[in-house]
Amino acid sequence: MNLLLRSIDELQLDLDDLLFVSGIGCAAWIPSPHFNADTLHTLHGRAIAFATGAKLFNPRLLTIVVSGDGDLAAIGGNHLIHAARRNLDLKVICANNRIYGMTGGQAAATSPRGTISATTPDGCPDDPFDLCRLVLGAGAGYAARYAVTQPRELQAAIGKTLRMSGFTFIEVLSPCPTQYGRRQGLETAPELLAELREKCLPLEQWRRLPPAARRERIATGEFTREPA
Amino acid sequence: MSVTETTVSSPLPPGKYYFSGNEALAEGAIAAGCNYYAGYPITPSSEIMERLAARFAGLEGRVFIQMEDELASICSVIGAVWAGAKGMTATSGPGFSLMQEAIGYAALTETPLVLADIQRAGPGTGQATKVASGDLMQAKWGSHGDYQPIALCPWSVQEMYELTITAFNLAETYRVPVFLLGEEAVGHLQERLDIPAANRVARRHYQPGAPPFGHPDPAGVPSMPAFGQGEKLLVTGSTHDEYGFRRTDDPAAHARLVARLNDKILQHRDRIVSTRSYRLEDAEIAIVAYGFTARSAWLAVDELRRAGKKAGLLRLRTIWPFAAAEIAALGSSVRQIFVPVPPADRRPDHLPGNHHPGGTGAVAWPATWKNTCARAPTAPRSVPAAATAS
Repeated sequence: MNLLLRSIDELQLDLDDLLFVSGIGCAAWIPSPHFNADTLHTLHGRAIAFATGAKLFNPRLLTIVVSGDGDLAAIGGNHLIHAARRNLDLKVICANNRIYGMTGGQAAATSPRGTISATTPDGCPDDPFDLCRLVLGAGAGYAARYAVTQPRELQAAIGKTLRMSGFTFIEVLSPCPTQYGRRQGLETAPELLAELREKCLPLEQWRRLPPAARRERIATGEFTREPA
Repeated sequence: MSVTETTVSSPLPPGKYYFSGNEALAEGAIAAGCNYYAGYPITPSSEIMERLAARFAGLEGRVFIQMEDELASICSVIGAVWAGAKGMTATSGPGFSLMQEAIGYAALTETPLVLADIQRAGPGTGQATKVASGDLMQAKWGSHGDYQPIALCPWSVQEMYELTITAFNLAETYRVPVFLLGEEAVGHLQERLDIPAANRVARRHYQPGAPPFGHPDPAGVPSMPAFGQGEKLLVTGSTHDEYGFRRTDDPAAHARLVARLNDKILQHRDRIVSTRSYRLEDAEIAIVAYGFTARSAWLAVDELRRAGKKAGLLRLRTIWPFAAAEIAALGSSVRQIFVPVPPADRRPDHLPGNHHPGGTGAVAWPATWKNTCARAPTAPRSVPAAATAS
């Protein structure tokens, strides 16, 4: 929230032209009701679909979608890939806490394999979505991933996307000690932040790892579409 | 209601046209000022979006988009409406089912929109190209919680045009989703359409700074701003106060909001409900029908009259809010009331009278009546007229 507002402030954007759209979940409360701009707090999963209508009808609105991984990538996954395919001028910021936090800590489409959750007591059996590669594959012009432990890079990326046109996507790895951390043996926010700091590697370093080691770490940075 | 109504010239030159019902509906939407359409193809409604795609391309300031599914279609309409658009979508049974959650969102956020449901036989995938009117109850109770939609039932190509304009006007006046419950048969029917020189078109009331979700009148319709006007709008599908702040723990706030959402329709039902009478002046037998079925009922009235029976037709142009008072009045003037429905929907407990508060369930059910209704039933099960008066 802080970094997004700082970016808006640095760019001296007119708050009257800003529209924040969010879905349902913890992250959906980042803009609504806290931001002094137009906010649209929508149905679970449908933030991008609502934003599509507002942006198409009034292209002057700088339309920023802020929501969570479950909202944007699971129940709303279809809208995410289609908005990316259309390269619609939406700025999507996805807070990824790797769990369904608001509903009590159930496994998400972004939970790493082996995650202990309220619905995967023996560990999550599936691999998570790689959201950045997903949206790039669907046609997005820009995708980046940073953890909240990388505030400078994250703010630079947000500022960059606010000046770009077309569909942009920023995945923000964020800690949820209450629902995610405590079940993985990371009881406190500092422990979770330390885990993120340790796991997150710049993309170039991550690429140099052997494939088996890559799964244990998280690639961060700006992603580009691989050549066809 | 402080809605603004103006006379707007018809975008199509006035005159006689030969159109399908779905094409007429699309032209009605254009005439009503619809400037945002989002939809997903589905039989038997697709001609609406096809015509709007072609017609919007030649008109200024109108946005058409084919979305990835019905959920996205109606949600993008709601987003566009809050950006200032007059928005609509069209679908049929399976898509209408998918849209129900967003319909509740539109009801709670008081978002005016028009949804054309060109009905097909259900449940499930059913029969995509066959006529039915089985979405009647879903239109009323499809989304969870307590709200009052408005639903119109056009019976002709002419009414597909006219009632679409009415639907937009009602949506703008009361800030509600309005349904056009056409049937496959009226959607695909081809007949004459008279386009007038101009239409009366309503525009939502906006008073800068006024609360967008509250009104001093407990049955009032609030001012509706749009994004980008500097109002710093808070639009949420959660229970909220008059400025949009979430009040999810306050029972009084919820009761106040939901009461107004219902009362703004129910207390204005006399202005919303629309019926048409045919040969009812001296009738002893009345048929109550709506939509395409009313065409058969109209023929049946003439045939009964030729046979010396004093028959008449009460045709419901609005099905929600229900014309309970009008039917009750009819019940005190005729001996018998018949309600024909298409064979696909022939469960007696589908009938509004059986569900409406104060309804007696006392409507006749002609068990042998066919959809075509070429001949009046010889031995209808009927009820005493008194029983139909509530």
